[in-house]
Amino acid sequence: MMSGKVFSCHKISEGVGEGEVIVSKDRIMFYLVKPESGEVFEKAHDIEGRSVAKKALVFPGGKGSSVVQIDGLYQLMTRQNQPAAMIIQDAETVLVASAIIMEIPMVDKVDPKFYEIVKDGDRVRVDANNSTITILD
Amino acid sequence: MELTKDQRDMLDGKYGEGAALALKVQVGIGECFDAPRMVPITNSHVALSNQEADLWFAEKMVKLGARTKVPPTVNPGFCLPYFKGRGMVTDEDAEHMRRTHEAYKALGCRLTYNCTPYMDTNIPFPNEIIAFSESSATPYVNSVWGARTNRESAQSALCASITGAVPEYGLLLDENRKGNILVEVKAKMEDNFSYNLLGYMGKKIGPGIPVFVGLGNYVSPEAHRNLGAELNTSGAYGMYHVVGVTPEAPTLEAAFGGKKPERVVVITDDDLARVLETEISDPGGRGIDFALFGCPHTSLNEVSHIARLVKGRHLSVPLWIMTSSLTKSSAEKMGLLDTIRAAGGEIVEDTCSDQPCWHLYKGKVGVTDSPKCAYYPRKRGLEFVIRDLETCIEAALKGEVE
Repeated sequence: MMSGKVFSCHKISEGVGEGEVIVSKDRIMFYLVKPESGEVFEKAHDIEGRSVAKKALVFPGGKGSSVVQIDGLYQLMTRQNQPAAMIIQDAETVLVASAIIMEIPMVDKVDPKFYEIVKDGDRVRVDANNSTITILD
Repeated sequence: MELTKDQRDMLDGKYGEGAALALKVQVGIGECFDAPRMVPITNSHVALSNQEADLWFAEKMVKLGARTKVPPTVNPGFCLPYFKGRGMVTDEDAEHMRRTHEAYKALGCRLTYNCTPYMDTNIPFPNEIIAFSESSATPYVNSVWGARTNRESAQSALCASITGAVPEYGLLLDENRKGNILVEVKAKMEDNFSYNLLGYMGKKIGPGIPVFVGLGNYVSPEAHRNLGAELNTSGAYGMYHVVGVTPEAPTLEAAFGGKKPERVVVITDDDLARVLETEISDPGGRGIDFALFGCPHTSLNEVSHIARLVKGRHLSVPLWIMTSSLTKSSAEKMGLLDTIRAAGGEIVEDTCSDQPCWHLYKGKVGVTDSPKCAYYPRKRGLEFVIRDLETCIEAALKGEVE
């Protein structure tokens, strides 16, 4: 039985994902992520040079083009380098549609207390189906 | 979400597996945004991209028997006869584009291959409920034409074209179309290029619907195009207002729906200069290998302007103008194509900057007036110095940029 602190959230894209947390202050365009490594290579980005592969990605939301967001996720998925789960604050249609079509678990409207304590390196389990996030001990 | 009998039948496969999948995706989106129901659309635009995920989804829909009920106009990939005929793409890339073409043709789309439909070929009515993807198109049709669409992805717009409906939420509703950020522009805003830089201030402006003041009483179609394109490169914006210019913002009060702005942001010349130098452009003062314009597609006015600037002169590096087949055709009739070709430049239709046809410039440095043009092709190893159009043309004539 896993234990940890449980927070409520709202399902966007169904599924369950577990991974190490990486927090980005900036919005993310997955097209400017290297498919081979999951490394963000957008200039002047909060997590430039760091990898999103298999991570529980905590970020404000998506941005940019209406076409390449899904291609970025698709390229990551074909190499198993997609995020394990995505936790966002501001849902916008492009990323929402992309996550649903690519079947990557994604949630929003997370209990604000989550953001007070979550930090890089925590391990979390995102259960979109049951609308919970657990920070694992 | 409450569905009609007909929509439930569609989900159950009565209209085929493709329509069922399209509606399933849309119901997922609708539930995310607490949409109560689906509402019909009368127009759409799909940001075809000829990328792997794009082709994968389009072919999947074809295989599942989908057809578009509301035929959308579509974005460009690359002009297959042009680039294949000149040996500028690999057989594999040519085959990919051919398959994209065939898939969208089979879906019954209007094959316009143009990312600025809002300027001439697909202009919606005020208050018309539509599904427009293409990140420069969504803010334009909402803000300038007063039509109603959410910031659709290429795939969600294709789903809407197939089902003929969209979930009702967000910018479809009056109460969500009011501004919440006041953006006071103190920068000089001398030309359409300034709007590219203003749009790239998304990080400073922050999320929401910006209301711009300080832009005077006329904003050109190209400036609106640039503003929307760059707002959606630096951020995610479905709509903006320009007080005294856009139809839902006759006054500041109307733009904010009588409420106070949640934030006030001031944009100065320094802000624009800083974002250009530190975030988007390679450093100048160097030789360049090419010039590329038309992300989003160049307008006929801009083609005329470029033709005037290069007339009777000789370009030192290749200069490419990407535009619609309609604009290219008009430019040819006007003699502009001859003028540009005589200087050593070229106009190419149905083509996007983020396509494999530009692989010959991998590792090279170009000039462009568009930050969006520089942003996405980074993935393909193209680098750009970004300058205003006149400086770019001078650079292409000299072979070096200041």
